[in-house]
Amino acid sequence: MTNSAVISVTGLGKSFGKLEVLRGIDLDLMPGEVLGVIGPSGSGKSTLIRCLNMMEVPSSGTIRFKGREVSPRFRGRGEAIGTGELRRKVGMVFQHFNLFPHLTVLANVTAGPIKVLGEPRGEVEARAMDLLGQVGLADKARAYPAHLSGGQKQRVAIARALAMRPEVLLLDEVTSALDPELVGEVLAVIRRLADTGMTMVLVTHEMGFAADVASRVLFMEGGRIAEQGSAEDILRKPESERLRAFLARFHA
Amino acid sequence: MTYHWDFYTVMQSFDLLVWGVWTTFLYTVGSIAIGVVVGAASCYARISRFWWLRLISRSYQELFRCTPLLVQILWAYYALPMLLGISISNATAGLLTLSLYVGSFYAEIFRGGILAIDKGQREASAAIGMSGLQSMRYVILPQAVKNMLPAFINQSVIQLKNTSLLYAISIAELTYMTSVVTSETYRPLEAYSLAAVLYFAMLFPLTQVADHFERRMRRSD
Repeated sequence: MTNSAVISVTGLGKSFGKLEVLRGIDLDLMPGEVLGVIGPSGSGKSTLIRCLNMMEVPSSGTIRFKGREVSPRFRGRGEAIGTGELRRKVGMVFQHFNLFPHLTVLANVTAGPIKVLGEPRGEVEARAMDLLGQVGLADKARAYPAHLSGGQKQRVAIARALAMRPEVLLLDEVTSALDPELVGEVLAVIRRLADTGMTMVLVTHEMGFAADVASRVLFMEGGRIAEQGSAEDILRKPESERLRAFLARFHA
Repeated sequence: MTYHWDFYTVMQSFDLLVWGVWTTFLYTVGSIAIGVVVGAASCYARISRFWWLRLISRSYQELFRCTPLLVQILWAYYALPMLLGISISNATAGLLTLSLYVGSFYAEIFRGGILAIDKGQREASAAIGMSGLQSMRYVILPQAVKNMLPAFINQSVIQLKNTSLLYAISIAELTYMTSVVTSETYRPLEAYSLAAVLYFAMLFPLTQVADHFERRMRRSD
């Protein structure tokens, strides 16, 4: 099916040795959509999101970015898009932030546009300061990551991803490593991003947040999409027994 | 029995020792420079995705790490020319062996430094579209170099001391020159004591630099 999906996944499978982590995933991510992915640990949700920017190379199936098949190589061949170009357009934020500890906050944010996109430093720094302002960290531009709290680090990581002006943002359990009192500040940033129409995939354990921000929610189990639908349907009116049981643990 | 120290006689030949210090210095710097290049290449080969590159690199490293340097030097000077049917000067044999020897150790120091960097760093740099080379240059190496520095300096300190083995193939480094001075003056005690002092004077500042980096690293952790 050729369609207007930004990312289109068909028959995606991933195995680590004998362990089958993903089995036959089909998925279309539409522009402006905020897709929440929930499920028990080991259900394959992190692997799925990591396949979307080829951080994990799928064992089977295809991924298309705007209709172009994604190649696992850095440079694509022919019509195929390589990981280098793909990742310029599909940003990712990690559970453990992975900021560059030897660079200042500002340099973390500007590294991609300057080194990868080759944009002029002055312009990039102005934009980076603007982004840091948006995530409430303009005053930390000259600080090093070691001097930031977890929540601050994650907001810098989001600014770093946004500095590339991605068309899609992948958020892999971005609040799971944070102290509970720091989760809110990160979610607020993501909330605002969603309001600007950013296309996002969001693997999360924050059910309330998923309900609030996601336009569609996938429930994954055993490497498959077990149930999907609007956030309202999935989280408030779950159909399967498994999903009910899964949600019950969170509402408890 | 009181020994009558006589540094005066030995000092008459001090210019020979200075020449020895200079030669030692040149062989150290030269072999470290070549060793860094060889070590970097070998390290790169060992983390490459081609098995045959890994095999070649691994074999080279084990060969040089598991045989005594003195044997390597003698082999390069006396045996290698016979095998190849060409003549190799003692300078070439000496510099080559020292370089390959230290390179095999540097390779492992470099590799350890790179592998110690969290894989999240590689992923984060890839996630903003960096190529493997860009990631290495802008993200991995700047952090890895800091980790490598103490071990690198230690190995280089050992390297300077190892140049004394070039004595065996008559290269005019400090130990060899000391033996020359000894045979001229019949003053081994003074001559070798002076040689020890000269080695110490060259190396002590280096070990202090290594300690400095090690302390600074601990602080930043």
